[in-house]
Amino acid sequence: MTDIKAQSDVLPGLDPRAPLLQVNDLHVEFRTRDGVAKAVNGASFWLNPGETLAILGESGCGKSVTAQAIMGILDTPPAHISRGEVRYRGVDLLKLRETERRRVRANKIAMIFQDALSALNPVYTVGFQLAELFRAHRGMSRADARRRAIELLDQVRIPAAKARISDYPHQFSGGMRQRVMIAMALALDPEVLIADEPTTALDVTVQAQIMGLLAELQQQRNMGLILITHDMGVVADVADRISVMYAGRVVEEAPVYDIYARPGHPYTRALLESIPRLDLKGQPLTAIRGLPPALTDIPAGCAFHPRCGYAKEPCRQDPAPPAYAIAPRRTARCHFFREVLGE
Amino acid sequence: MFRYIVRRLLQMILTFFGATFVVFALMFANQDDPIQALAGEKPVSDSLREALTERYHLDEGLLGQYWYYMTNLLTGDLGESISGRDISALLESSWPVTVQLSFMALVLAAGLALAAGVWSAIRRGGIFDNGVLAFTLLLLALPIVVLAPVAQWIFGMELGWFPATASRNASFYALLLPAIVLATTVVATQLRVTRTSVVENLRADYVRTARAKGLAPRRIIWVHVLRNSLIPFITLIGVDLGVLMSGALVTEEVFNIPGVGSKLAQGIRTEDGPMVVGFVSVLVIVFLVMNLVVDLLYAALDPRIRYE
Amino acid sequence: MSDPTTAMVDSRPRGLAGDAWNDLRRSKIFWTSSVLVFLILLMAFFPTLFTSADPTDCALSRQHDGPSGGALFGYDFQGCDVLARTVHGAGNSIQVGLVSTLLAGLIGLCFGMAAGYFGGAVDAVLSRGIDIVLGIPFLLGAVVFSGRLSGAGDDGVTAVTLTLGLLTWTSAARVMRSSVVAAKNQDYVAAARMLGASPARLMFRHILPNAIAPFIVVMALLLGANIAAEATLSYLRVGLKGEAISWGLQIADAQKHARAAAAPLVWPSVFLAATVLAFIMLGDAIRDAFDPKLR
Repeated sequence: MTDIKAQSDVLPGLDPRAPLLQVNDLHVEFRTRDGVAKAVNGASFWLNPGETLAILGESGCGKSVTAQAIMGILDTPPAHISRGEVRYRGVDLLKLRETERRRVRANKIAMIFQDALSALNPVYTVGFQLAELFRAHRGMSRADARRRAIELLDQVRIPAAKARISDYPHQFSGGMRQRVMIAMALALDPEVLIADEPTTALDVTVQAQIMGLLAELQQQRNMGLILITHDMGVVADVADRISVMYAGRVVEEAPVYDIYARPGHPYTRALLESIPRLDLKGQPLTAIRGLPPALTDIPAGCAFHPRCGYAKEPCRQDPAPPAYAIAPRRTARCHFFREVLGE
Repeated sequence: MFRYIVRRLLQMILTFFGATFVVFALMFANQDDPIQALAGEKPVSDSLREALTERYHLDEGLLGQYWYYMTNLLTGDLGESISGRDISALLESSWPVTVQLSFMALVLAAGLALAAGVWSAIRRGGIFDNGVLAFTLLLLALPIVVLAPVAQWIFGMELGWFPATASRNASFYALLLPAIVLATTVVATQLRVTRTSVVENLRADYVRTARAKGLAPRRIIWVHVLRNSLIPFITLIGVDLGVLMSGALVTEEVFNIPGVGSKLAQGIRTEDGPMVVGFVSVLVIVFLVMNLVVDLLYAALDPRIRYE
Repeated sequence: MSDPTTAMVDSRPRGLAGDAWNDLRRSKIFWTSSVLVFLILLMAFFPTLFTSADPTDCALSRQHDGPSGGALFGYDFQGCDVLARTVHGAGNSIQVGLVSTLLAGLIGLCFGMAAGYFGGAVDAVLSRGIDIVLGIPFLLGAVVFSGRLSGAGDDGVTAVTLTLGLLTWTSAARVMRSSVVAAKNQDYVAAARMLGASPARLMFRHILPNAIAPFIVVMALLLGANIAAEATLSYLRVGLKGEAISWGLQIADAQKHARAAAAPLVWPSVFLAATVLAFIMLGDAIRDAFDPKLR
């Protein structure tokens, strides 16, 4: 690990003591012919080294868009980041020039995608796609880059790495392909890893292996990990803190045990109640009534009010509930958090 | 890879016999008087009648005739034309200029199609893209039978920028105008296919990954996207070879280029049956072999096929 | 969009065809090409609306005479009225184009549906048949076919029509085949089959309506291509011949004398290009309406 990082360390305003990653009031909208879809409406959260933050929510709640906004890989147009900041070690990434931004990607902040088969280029070997990182970012020779690629495949425990380096993505199994994705993301020793539904496309047994591998690599490297998922089961095992997103906002943020014990937002509560539980066997399962709102037409006030059992008049009116500090290190965007907590 | 090649080869052999049989049967089958058919509307002398009967084994059954026709064809013996000239020799003297012309046209078309196609896909919906779209529409609407004579008249005769005709040992410059005209027959579809394919690939997940890897846009387009977009493009080249052959027939006739096309057109005009059948059969074979080459190239570009 | 009637129509539930029609109505390309097609058809069926001169009334004494009140486009090498010949040329062009395209469409429809619906051996045989036709470069095949089919002394219309019909059905068949295969695998078609719908009912009630849009597009494009092909064959002297009037023949005759008189070369070229353009634009517009993501 004696890479020359000098080239990528010259970010203006970089402060090693500042928080690793901080997202403040992020707004992302998609401007299409059929109107403006507000995918993210003021998402805020932070991440420390070695910590795992889970971003939880239904599909369409803006969690993947948030991740891509942090990476700076949204398609613009139609996507536009209309407000907010994404600070890495104090540097607002959204204000960087594209060339500087590019050096942050993969070097400082890397990302793993859900479907590794389509996320890998079908016409190049995995060796080429791994080595490319070292060649483009580190200016390594072909032979050195190849050697490093084999090391990486070894690290993510792909058997016979040396032989498999010249295989194409379609020749790997689903789990192995996701390992290749992980290897690719970790190639340049990033400090932040964003995993967007990394195990959704995999078998349950393989899911556990991949999550285990991720957790282990994270500990080794003291990386900050943002785990984007809709699966509360995955979250409980690995996450330190949880941010629950609904209609483009973080509605609740809390350490993982607190949230499972006592949710502070009706939406979190509804999510927890909709998980089948062994101790409640025989009782009917509660589903959340209604559907998530269309992003082109988000309800005024608290976006969750049409589906909420606690909703009263103030919930239906703008402004949306602020982030109440409901306990130390916990926030919830609900006027009636005390009722929800059961106080 | 091996299975793919074998399958393609078997398909080609089948197509080869099918296509040559169709051409052959059309010339000789169900004719009251195949010899008169070969000679067109000209009167046939007894000696010519005898020579043609022997040449095409017209006293045998249809399959027998086909057998002799094929063995002759595959051994390079194309016989003589009605006017008594050796067809193989005619072909030999005329192919180099046709190959030169077609190659120039193909390179011109492919170069323009790839460059403009990629550019217009990146700037989708922009001025350049819309201009290119209108341009391809115009090219598609201009059949070569319009474009070739009009281009010859405007650029060759009125403006005098290019020679209006070309000889056997034509220079690059003399063949440029005909090559451009010939290129127009394929460039529009090539351009549209490139554009559509690049647009689709730009939306692919692997492009998002490449961006997340911090690669430069130029590298993403020319290394990642283009390589994937070349796959449909190469398939199209196979079809285009046939279009170029058809186009060469008209182009050479218009510009008086003494190539395979104008010889064939001459054979058609003089109703020289043996010459037309000989030329067409050889061209069909060339077309099929070239398509096999394209198929192999396709496999080289797409590993998913290679490891099928 | 502010037009209240449009808004009302828009709010009504509609199928793919309704959506496509709404797109089409707003497409400038669609209206331009429709007007062009209408004019061309009018010219083909009622040429005398456009010219009163007799296209066969030629006199060498008027050779290459310039435009005049009687003959707007002047006279060609034979001393025939260029306008009259060009206008009357539309008839043969459209007739050959329409009939050959319908023939190709019919063959393609039957073969494509059979291959897609039955699959297996039928599909294999028909697909090889398509390969064989595609194995012969189009114009080379057409030259042999057309030369073979035309009898001595006729005008070549039947021969060219048959030639084009028999050589150009492959794209229609392929499109039909893949549409049928795609439709066949849809859940609702499988459900209808399990409920005991007869093959004929399946084909005409459930599969065809979904396969017909791409087929129409192919037909429109093919019509343009076949009209161009007729001109090309005529130019090479294996298409229309003798007394027949054809844009291809006009171009061939005028090309040699382009320096002396350009009008006899230019006008049939313009009419031919406009006709081909009209049908290609029509096909493009319909395709865009049915499949907006291709844009």
